[in-house]
Amino acid sequence: MPVSRLLIANRGEIAVRIIRAARELGLQTVQVASRADLDMPAARLADQVVEIGPPQAARSYLSIEAILRAAETSGADAVHPGYGFLAENAAFAEAVERAGLTFVGPRPETIRLMGDKAAARAAAAAAGVPTVPGTEGRLADSAAAREAAARIGFPLMIKAAAGGGGRGIRIAEDMAGLETLLQQAAAEAGASFGDAGLYLERCVPRARHVEVQVLGDGESVIHLFERECSVQRRRQKLWEEAPAACLDDATRAALCDSAVRLAQSVGYRGAGTLEYLFDAASGDFYFIEMNTRIQVEHPVTEAITGIDLVREMIRIAAGERLRWRQDAITRRFHAIECRINAEDPARGFLPSPGRIESLRLPGGPGVRFDAAIEAGGIVPPFYDSLLGKLIVWDETRDAALRRMARALAELEIGGVATTIPLGRALAAAPDIRAGRVHTTWLESWLAQHDFTPEREAEPIP
Amino acid sequence: MSVKTVAAPLPGTFYRSPAPGEPPFKTEGSTVAPGETVGLIEVMKTFTQVAAEEAGKLVRFLVENEDAVMAGQPLYELES
Repeated sequence: MPVSRLLIANRGEIAVRIIRAARELGLQTVQVASRADLDMPAARLADQVVEIGPPQAARSYLSIEAILRAAETSGADAVHPGYGFLAENAAFAEAVERAGLTFVGPRPETIRLMGDKAAARAAAAAAGVPTVPGTEGRLADSAAAREAAARIGFPLMIKAAAGGGGRGIRIAEDMAGLETLLQQAAAEAGASFGDAGLYLERCVPRARHVEVQVLGDGESVIHLFERECSVQRRRQKLWEEAPAACLDDATRAALCDSAVRLAQSVGYRGAGTLEYLFDAASGDFYFIEMNTRIQVEHPVTEAITGIDLVREMIRIAAGERLRWRQDAITRRFHAIECRINAEDPARGFLPSPGRIESLRLPGGPGVRFDAAIEAGGIVPPFYDSLLGKLIVWDETRDAALRRMARALAELEIGGVATTIPLGRALAAAPDIRAGRVHTTWLESWLAQHDFTPEREAEPIP
Repeated sequence: MSVKTVAAPLPGTFYRSPAPGEPPFKTEGSTVAPGETVGLIEVMKTFTQVAAEEAGKLVRFLVENEDAVMAGQPLYELES
């Protein structure tokens, strides 16, 4: 279905990013905005703005009804959900299609399938993609647990079936410790979640987070190589790179092929990301989940492949076929993204909404700053803290690290506390420079470093 | 007896109960002790407790549950 008027069901930097892509495709843009966002950069950039409700996301950006009404009154014929909010809500995608509009993303049934952890795991297994070894469903008794543990191998994690967000996880090092830990975990799960059900999963110590970018048109799927996003705090990524320097060429090829296989098996349409844990010690990778949307860190992939992912996903939604075969996708350069959040790293990452009093942007070769902030603009307290993303690329990883340090030194945001000082310290951190990171590295690094803005980056020797 | 207005310490979304569907921390007319939680304010997806600074009777709330509040905006009246 041809698309001529695209509604952006999001806010902040990704809304600006989508408007830019739409404009290059010659589309009209309709930006929805809560009452707190009427003056945001995306609202001023778009051809039309529709107010969709009060500041609280639940009554604005998360309201399917409000967004569909905005689409109707503005005459939009397509909806781009961005990331977060309703981007992976199958009911929203369905409602958009039922209203006769084009949803820029996968089919609703794909969103539903990949959003169900067990179903996604089963789809991976069927496509021959490795998942973290573990038990399917709840453990019947301790005999079943011992039998499963022998198959999975140690160390392993005991997880509460009703848990989530890392709560109630215990790590058993060997069979002798398993029994005691099972009893403790069952008692705790029963008390915390009213459900003593447990399951086991192989523990991948010092796992790295790697993910593969794919593009599909509903029939064919290609990959655009991988990213590494191991630098995280409380499961929030702060620093992302492409390619993943921890992979050798054979592992990279196997990883990317596995992602294409899985996405192909579900007839994937649009831009998507398959997330994996990578065990650098053994070279094994395990599929964990698929994100059926554009991701925050997509620009590092754009930097190394030269492909505009947001523009491509709009073309696909409008019914175009993929414009490349896999062998036409090549990469060069190393790219790094550092997220800039309105949080104070010296005060426990305290959120810092408020007025941007001053702004100095970085520039020069190999630098991109995707943001939606302006001097004098307000950062509202109602949404996530992402202010922008600084992306750099250069010939090698070393050169990209120096470029990141240089660009972060140029970037200044006054009026609100930001994570810029953390970014500067990371750019100079020996572990980052040597690539010795894993998914819990940043939390231990923060615990060991008395991090204050005054103690900033030492120059890179 | 005097009635004073207590202001929101932070901007964000104000919640009167710990989770949707759960009873509120405090109802109008109940007594509060210093340090007791009166509500939560969500700032950029982070929840901060609004604790009472002094003892008294919570006369009434000046904002609705899940209302957007600005820092310094009157939250509730306290009689002491």
